Amino acid sequence: MRRGEIITAGILALLSIYMMWKSTELEVGYIRGQGPGGGAWPFWLSAIMLICTAMIAYNWVRRTSPPSQSEEPVLDAEGRRMLIQVGGGIVGFVALINIISMYGAMAVFLFYYLWFLGRHSLKLSLTLSLVSPVAFFFFFEGLMRITMPSGMSFTQPVFNLLYSIIY
Amino acid sequence: MTFTRRFVMAASAAAIGLASFGATAFAWEPVKPVDFVIMAGAGGGADQIARFIQSTAEKNKLTSRPLVPNNKGGGSGAEALIHLNKTNDPDHTILVTLNSFFTTPLRQENLGIDVMTFTPVAMMGVDPFVLWVHKDTGITSFEQWLDAVKAKDGEWVMGGTGTGQEDSLVTTFLKQTFGLKMKYIPYKGGGDVAKDLAGQQINSSVNNPSEAKGFYASGDVVPLVAFSDERLPAFPDVPTIKEKGYDFSYYNQRAVVGAPGQSAEAAAYYQELFETIYNTPEWQGYMESESLAPLWMNPDEQKAYWQLQIDRHKELLAKMDQ
Amino acid sequence: MEILGLLGSGLLEAIEPLNLALIFIGVTVGLWIGAMPGLGSVNGVAILLPITFLVPPGSAIIFLAAIYYGAMYGGAISSITLGIPGASTAVATTFDGRPLALQGRASLALVTAALASFVGGTVSVLLFTGFAPALASVALSFGPPEIFALMLLAFATFVGLGGDDIPKTILSICLGLVLAAVGYDEVSGAPRLILFDISGFLHGINFLVLAIGVYGIGEMLWTIDSTRGSITMSEAKLTVKGMVSDAKEATRRGWKGTTIGSLLGFFVGVLPAAGATPGSLMAYGVTKMVSRNPREFGQGHPGGVAAPEAANNSASTGSMLPMITLGIPGSPTTAILLGGMVIWGLTPGPRLFVDESEFVWGLIGSFYVSNFAALVINLAFIPLFIWMLRMPFTILAPMIFVLSVVGGYAAVRDMHDIWLMVVFGISAFFLRKFDYPLAPAVLAIVLGPIAEPTLRQSLLLSSGDPMIFLNRPVAGPITVIAVILILLPLFKVIRNKMRGQKMAA
Repeated sequence: MRRGEIITAGILALLSIYMMWKSTELEVGYIRGQGPGGGAWPFWLSAIMLICTAMIAYNWVRRTSPPSQSEEPVLDAEGRRMLIQVGGGIVGFVALINIISMYGAMAVFLFYYLWFLGRHSLKLSLTLSLVSPVAFFFFFEGLMRITMPSGMSFTQPVFNLLYSIIY
Repeated sequence: MTFTRRFVMAASAAAIGLASFGATAFAWEPVKPVDFVIMAGAGGGADQIARFIQSTAEKNKLTSRPLVPNNKGGGSGAEALIHLNKTNDPDHTILVTLNSFFTTPLRQENLGIDVMTFTPVAMMGVDPFVLWVHKDTGITSFEQWLDAVKAKDGEWVMGGTGTGQEDSLVTTFLKQTFGLKMKYIPYKGGGDVAKDLAGQQINSSVNNPSEAKGFYASGDVVPLVAFSDERLPAFPDVPTIKEKGYDFSYYNQRAVVGAPGQSAEAAAYYQELFETIYNTPEWQGYMESESLAPLWMNPDEQKAYWQLQIDRHKELLAKMDQ
Repeated sequence: MEILGLLGSGLLEAIEPLNLALIFIGVTVGLWIGAMPGLGSVNGVAILLPITFLVPPGSAIIFLAAIYYGAMYGGAISSITLGIPGASTAVATTFDGRPLALQGRASLALVTAALASFVGGTVSVLLFTGFAPALASVALSFGPPEIFALMLLAFATFVGLGGDDIPKTILSICLGLVLAAVGYDEVSGAPRLILFDISGFLHGINFLVLAIGVYGIGEMLWTIDSTRGSITMSEAKLTVKGMVSDAKEATRRGWKGTTIGSLLGFFVGVLPAAGATPGSLMAYGVTKMVSRNPREFGQGHPGGVAAPEAANNSASTGSMLPMITLGIPGSPTTAILLGGMVIWGLTPGPRLFVDESEFVWGLIGSFYVSNFAALVINLAFIPLFIWMLRMPFTILAPMIFVLSVVGGYAAVRDMHDIWLMVVFGISAFFLRKFDYPLAPAVLAIVLGPIAEPTLRQSLLLSSGDPMIFLNRPVAGPITVIAVILILLPLFKVIRNKMRGQKMAA
């Protein structure tokens, strides 16, 4: 935790500096007779962020904040596994959307989570991961008229069929 | 035999009828919901028009798949233009535009957008601009307004929708032609401008009639001069700036365009669809109540019009930077 | 008296069989739309427009009011049961609603939300009936300086919401405000802060992208990690008796929040630029401030659910006021509604109240009936929501993730934002580990886009002179109160420090 605290503060400091630099594309000063320029708001707020990270670092040196006293690891073995499995699963889900459509990716993700991570029975996992996308399809596309990404072109025939059902 | 002959005639008439019906059936029809992109956020004038068009199409059951409104107003419309430029399904992507269709690619050249590659569909009408003041100012004519602005010596406050937007081009024209000095306060949308004019937070505004007409009806705001070619039917007593001897007019286009690379069949489908919508009593009534001027053009004329507008806006924007 | 007659006939119209059926369908549909993270009353009202051609306009309006109210109630459901604020108006509801649910007291939170919403809706209809025209002119007198002063006040009321670590809380607020500035500078008309020159940032960062990322992904990961995935939010079986005792507790501990929320929500909601979100935040902050046990807030106090819920319902009626009396949309939902009026052949604007009084009062009447129907239907659905919470966490968690991604996409329609949501989610997980409070960032990204333009518009008006916030009759007092409220905690810290030093000496 202790090392993590200063690394996080460092990353946030870098982010603040980047945003301050990016803000200077527009006027960051006070224009006479007009008030602050276009970049002033993000520039000065990022500057305050930078000062805050400095204060966090100061507290780290003095060991006043709880994370800076703790010697526990940020993520133990179990936590790392969870982050890779669950966080990675979400990243995989989102990555699949552009390939096999929102609904396809949803089915794969649900099945992965329920069967592999949740250790539910195959029957329950399959049922839920097939029924939910269909239910979502009718809710979003049918009722709400919101079109979800349909992935690459090979999914088209399936969607054309579904659209001819609901419209 | 007459019976047979009549029967044959009727049958062939029916057949012709069927055939001609078959001919009006389209060579191409959308197979999935059409991405109906709006170049402005929810609630603005462009959005209202888009949703009106959508419900007119829906009401008359004109499309086999729905038009799904999709607001992409970011970066003064840049977001919408990028979205159309990189869509992988140009046949199902169309855009409701305003003049930022011309100005945004000019002002943000790094976007790499050439609007001449877009597909012309329909010009649904053009929206004129009018100069408004609050009734409590006591101003009733353009000349009085000029005097009042000059008397304030730079303290007169004009509201608008932002530098580079349609109304700011008109404001720039006024400033430069008459040597005026005034403050310009940018707002999110024309509706906000009209509201703050009615609340006397600002002194005058250049608004579309549709944005200000509610406050006009209640008598809170007064129109002074129209920036149209002819007097507006809804405001017959308001002179145009042309009558005042200045050759200037400015309209906001309310046009529908297709994504670049749209197939000819799809373009033909949309052109016919929007012509049908244009001719519905709903749309004609809307144009009248919102003071839109008709400017119907075929696709080739639309392309020529775009080129003309690009050149004109280059000039106007250059003037604004002076 | 004439007003009461008109309202009465509006009410009578609303309870005709066809209309009553529409109300029940509308509220039920609206409830589910609102409970879906990412979808809210805007979506509900947008899908309604085409339907309005199938039924007479009068019934269409009623259907619309029903969906609107259903969605407002539904927003609280996702805040409480899933911990994801489905709309900006429901952010404050998560502060205490979520802890209650985690303690296995979701039914108390849901009952409180339902009752407070009902009271808020009722109070606002009464206020509307009595003072609509007068309040319309108040709404007009709020220019940019007044709205900015109000935003300052909103910030002041939630300055105490952060954690104990002051630099981390300030950092969180600033982060939210900077993220709100991404996209486009309204004043100069230039693109701004297009991070890493990715074109997806051109449209700015939608509040929901951050909110769903933080709550739907970050908090969920944190919960799974800190409980080792063995969490169950199970609750003793829900009985009618249990719900009655919940209702009693909700009344006893939530009445103050409900009262504050109903009044504050309405008045803030009336202002076109402000709307329901600042109203609900301020209601939460004020209720916490006047409470005898402010420390209990954020740990699961029913008052912390009642205040924002009463306020957002009250404000949604309030935001109808500028729409009806002036023709100004106060929110995206009312904007679409205005479009609907044009389609129905009405002219929105200051004349509507006079020329189409039957329509106006019919709308208000149906609001009232819908509000009542929403209460009944919402209470009836509570057992179902509790049942869903009792599902094993390994089923609930993937469903929440799916809802986050689908709901997020439905709100923004851009894959760029979905990736951003995942990035925010995973960053939020780590920031949460290091005690960074993230609620202030979520609130700041909502208020930032209102605060910054009004600040700059004001300074343009005054030629750069900041005195404009003090020397205007309405803005001045609000600014002064806000500044005092912001400085108050600071004084306390200094005083405590000085005392500490004296003691040490």
